[in-house]
Amino acid sequence: MSTTTQTYSTASVDMPDESRQAHAMKSFAQDFGAVSALQIEACIHCGMCADACHYFLATEDPKYTPILKVEPFKQAYKRESSAFAPFYRLLGLKKEVSADELQEWQELLFDSCNMCGRCSLICPMGIDIATLIENARRAMFEAGLAPDELYQRAREQADSGQPEKSEEGYSDRIAAIGREHGIDIPIDRDSAEVLACVPRTDLEQYPEAVVALAKTLKHLGADYTFRSESLVAENYGYYAGSRDWQRKISMRIIDQAREIGAKLVLVPECGHAYTALRWQAAELAGEELPFRVRHVTEFLAEQVADGRLRLNQVDDEATAFHDPCQLVRKGGVMDAPRTLMRELGVNLEELPNKKGFSFCCAGGGGVNDIERARPLRYRAQELKLREVDGTGAKRFLTSCSDCRLAFTDASEHFDWDKRPESLLELVAANIKE
Amino acid sequence: MTILEFARGPMLHFALAVFVLGVIWRIVTILFLGFKRYHSEPRNGLVKSLIGGMTVTGSRSWPHKEFIGRTGAGEAIGYGYHIGLFIIVLLGTPHVVFWKNLFGVSAGWWPTLPGGVVHVLSILTVTLLLIVLIRRISHPVLRRLSNFDDYFSWFITFTVMVTGVMAVFGLGGRYETILAWHIISFNVLLIWFPFGKLMHAFFIFPTRAVVGYLQSRKGAAT
Ligand code: SF4
Ligand code: SF4
Repeated sequence: MSTTTQTYSTASVDMPDESRQAHAMKSFAQDFGAVSALQIEACIHCGMCADACHYFLATEDPKYTPILKVEPFKQAYKRESSAFAPFYRLLGLKKEVSADELQEWQELLFDSCNMCGRCSLICPMGIDIATLIENARRAMFEAGLAPDELYQRAREQADSGQPEKSEEGYSDRIAAIGREHGIDIPIDRDSAEVLACVPRTDLEQYPEAVVALAKTLKHLGADYTFRSESLVAENYGYYAGSRDWQRKISMRIIDQAREIGAKLVLVPECGHAYTALRWQAAELAGEELPFRVRHVTEFLAEQVADGRLRLNQVDDEATAFHDPCQLVRKGGVMDAPRTLMRELGVNLEELPNKKGFSFCCAGGGGVNDIERARPLRYRAQELKLREVDGTGAKRFLTSCSDCRLAFTDASEHFDWDKRPESLLELVAANIKE
Repeated sequence: MTILEFARGPMLHFALAVFVLGVIWRIVTILFLGFKRYHSEPRNGLVKSLIGGMTVTGSRSWPHKEFIGRTGAGEAIGYGYHIGLFIIVLLGTPHVVFWKNLFGVSAGWWPTLPGGVVHVLSILTVTLLLIVLIRRISHPVLRRLSNFDDYFSWFITFTVMVTGVMAVFGLGGRYETILAWHIISFNVLLIWFPFGKLMHAFFIFPTRAVVGYLQSRKGAAT
């Protein structure tokens, strides 16, 4: 197991080992309903999940077997709370999980897992391994074992709404982007039908994507606003495994949407933001939300279907599309991107592993933010880049800025001949007036 | 009381009791953990999601084409010995007689297979079980994952099969003694069943159904 540069989250360096174990196990068992327990119990150790995971496929190292990532927690559950816990303890069949073991697992649960869910599709027992990994991440967070980059950003975002302190606040930044590109970007309107938010990645790396969103919404005459209190779409609490911070970050958006009477929260090109808002926010809030949550591609595909958005045909350059895991495989946004590409007349060369089976960009789940994970990430990404090359595509599109960031970095690293582009930007550039 | 009488008398009854009570307990303790209510707006309604769950219960029996190249061999071996075990246990004449005596029912319509077919199947199944063990020991992923449960569950299944084959082919000593060991090992299998991975027989379909339902609710990939 490789040693890691920073093992403990900053705030927990002094936590005694016993507390780490206790916190981890308590947290893992905390929201253990019948659904999770059934899955933990069902594993037959057939090993097939390894064959779905890009980290295993890239390295052939058995430590990257998906279910192994939750193995200490599985053993702890069986030892502590399962039907025959006393029996397992008596016969010593399930050994106690040590603090050292938990530390070793940090790399497996964070650096080498994007929570992409591809493994969940291969399991013959039907176990949703990625969700178990999510539970295990939460346990690691409680034990003070979330990688420090994620811990810090989650804490900062929970406190201030921004994952990182910056000289220029994010609302100043988005206003500046509007000014630079000569487009009106409404911020802090008191009431609006639609509450929009933006990936931090776009604010920092891809301002054209912010402009594309504003331009498209303006064309549609949408009654929308950004709110400085809830600008950022990503949820670092989700990445870091902090249930409380994830909730707090989601509640910012929920509260702002309520305050302005929004009927729709529009998730920009960000996959994890979609999971966090579309599927998890209501669960963490403990109630149904008074607005719909839609990804921008879903929203635009609806506009195309209703005839409100018409697009020009683009050139016939062969194009590959990367299906972001959180949107497509886990989120169910299956058809919307293809509806838009059809409308644009994109000459789509589908990847062999597409839609629900797409290989992850390897940057998701916060991995883009974990600096030490970079060499491993490149190895996993090589698979995907080769797959894209195999289609003969010259253009490479996606609909998630986290995926885009991961691929931009990889294409620089490998001196690849393609750069990932945003589907939203392609739409915005080809609106039929 | 001879060893054979003991095996198919009190020991069998004890084993059956442990099996039934253990299986019920293991399932009930899971159900007691309760089911959450979901608050997010579903993409698919209840009926469509339930149909999705039911579909996954069956569809996951066959690997997706994206994976079959890597998992096909493992699946084939797995299917091979499971089918062999089922046919032998359900259609082998001595077993059919055993079940009839045990449950006190006589179902004249229940088919049996000719002894020769069952013999060939038994040898094939034993061979496949040996391949399973060799894979578990030599395949890096399987070796890394395997624990006592995996090896013991294999061992007891294998022992039941081998003693059965020995009894049929008259190997290894007096027929009654070998038969007694065959039944004793079966009893041990019954006793072990609720404690280890053999329980997957009861977990496989509910797990697929529940996860399939939740994924279908989101319209996500299954
Ligand atoms: S969720 Fe994705 S990255 Fe994580 S173990 Fe599964 S396949 Fe691998
Ligand atoms: S594929 Fe499923 S049953 Fe097999 S080892 Fe992985 S989690 Fe367990």
